[in-house]
Amino acid sequence: MNGGMDELYREVILDHHRRPRGQQPLPGPADARAEGKNPSCGDELLLELACAGEAITAAHVACHGCAIATASGSILAELVPGRTPEQARALAEAFREAMHSPDGALPDSLDPGDLEVLTGVRKFPARVKCALLPWITLLSALEARDGKAAGLPATTEA
Amino acid sequence: MKRAKSLAAPAGVKPCDGQAGDCTHCGPVFGERFPLLERTVNGRRLVYLDSAATTQKPGAVIAAEARYYRLHNANVHRGMHTLGVEATDLYEGCRARVGRFLGLPAEQVVVTRGATSALNLVAGGLAPTLKPGDEILITEMEHHANLVPWLELARREGLVVRHIPVTDGGELELARLPELLNGRTRVVALTHVSNVLGTINPVAEIAALARRRGALVVVDAAQSVGHLPLAFDDLDCDFLVFSAHKTYGPMGLGFLAGRAEALERLHPVETGGEMIETVTMESATWAAIPQRFEAGTPNVAAAAAFPAALDTIDEATIERLRQHEISLTAYALERLQAKGGLTIYGPRDAARRGGLVAFHDPMVHPHDMAQLLDSLGVAVRAGHHCAQPLHRRLGVVATSRASFGMYNAHDDIDALIDGIGYARSVFGA
Ligand SMILES: Cc1ncc(COP(=O)(O)O)c(C=O)c1O
Repeated sequence: MNGGMDELYREVILDHHRRPRGQQPLPGPADARAEGKNPSCGDELLLELACAGEAITAAHVACHGCAIATASGSILAELVPGRTPEQARALAEAFREAMHSPDGALPDSLDPGDLEVLTGVRKFPARVKCALLPWITLLSALEARDGKAAGLPATTEA
Repeated sequence: MKRAKSLAAPAGVKPCDGQAGDCTHCGPVFGERFPLLERTVNGRRLVYLDSAATTQKPGAVIAAEARYYRLHNANVHRGMHTLGVEATDLYEGCRARVGRFLGLPAEQVVVTRGATSALNLVAGGLAPTLKPGDEILITEMEHHANLVPWLELARREGLVVRHIPVTDGGELELARLPELLNGRTRVVALTHVSNVLGTINPVAEIAALARRRGALVVVDAAQSVGHLPLAFDDLDCDFLVFSAHKTYGPMGLGFLAGRAEALERLHPVETGGEMIETVTMESATWAAIPQRFEAGTPNVAAAAAFPAALDTIDEATIERLRQHEISLTAYALERLQAKGGLTIYGPRDAARRGGLVAFHDPMVHPHDMAQLLDSLGVAVRAGHHCAQPLHRRLGVVATSRASFGMYNAHDDIDALIDGIGYARSVFGA
């Protein structure tokens, strides 16, 4: 691929896009949920989380969007279960920061998995909002769970 | 990166009219006059297929805008000095030139910032003439520019907005017209050419019905002026708007053309300098039309440059440009169809469409499509194209759109088709 496309559409991203994780609905009622929407793109997603004890046990992501948004949602569904809400929030915030930093580095201590690959999207400024949408929606779901809900869909557009 | 000039006519595609100079077999018309097209993008020849968003500009337009600032810059209608007179002449010359292009006297041409501001001028200007319960009839295929100002007006004045639905074939459902157009309809506002479907609407036919009912007819000609033969009188409308930048002219300039009686009915929305006759500390009287609708300092540089764009169109002849766009559109429709698996929107017959084609590939999201095409130097637009209700009707949130100008050729469409193949290969489709 050329024009930097091999950087944007890395094999890992294409694989997540082809077979997005987290598509199956949660077994029971959701403990936290939020919608994300980028009206100017038309990208939309629904995120639902199941929690047990201290940890998030499952994530359901239903995303209608481009390959980058879909892959990002899939990576989220893979990385978030098993973390506490605080750990999930820390990861989302670190990712948001990395997407706006020159080197895009994520601390190893956060165990960022395939997110490390997704930070390559920061070199395509128009697509950063696609990559961030699921993670901003995650922050919104966690706030809703804490009773700090805004009620409106999360967005990464202005 | 220059392309070969003579291209074989692809099978099954009607070439432009034979006498068409460098347009034979649909080579570009005056392609060499558009300096920007010489640049490369991502190391490739730029294949510009986004003229429906904005056309590229002939060198003569760019030079005229620069010449204005280098030689004539002054405010208009104010100075007694030489520069002020020259600037005013250029500005008023543009108004007259646009009038000639549309077949109207200069006094019936209002200079605006663009089609959007012209539509807001009409919608806002009609407010005092409307009362609660009055109806506005629009269509389901409108650009937000010809939709949101009416929704906003309706909200403020208690009006009812109805719309003519779009058929599965991408045309207006005219059978619904008798029921939608009634004694309460005050305004019918519709696009001449859809910026997504390409559909050319039977504006004159609808306008005749509407005007018989006593409604004012507003035509959004943003996608048709400079692309198809058009005279104001032929459309039988009251108002017509367009933007210079989609007509090979500069940005920040547009026009409202109107029947004299229709313009008289508009209340000025923007007030201030330039648009007054006499002002006291208590009141003001309005200047004559069209100045009444031109408060503040206009974009004189753009107005000084726009006649060069219209000259280019006239030199090529609008008939030939239209033939060229039909030929490109027919070829694009044929090749997209042949690609298979794509949804193509709008009428099948290129002669019934403007020079654009929107499509959707279920395997590749429009944003990914546009990104991957861009990596090959092919510029298309992806998104809802400022027509969200229409996309809802089409059942998708976004489409990809290729649109054509006089500088495009068949090999540009070949590049698009190759690019779609490449995008599919990236996604393993
Ligand atoms: C059909 C139609 N109407 C109106 C507009 C608005 O034009 P402008 O943005 O130049 O005001 C556009 C262009 O985007 C258009 O395609």
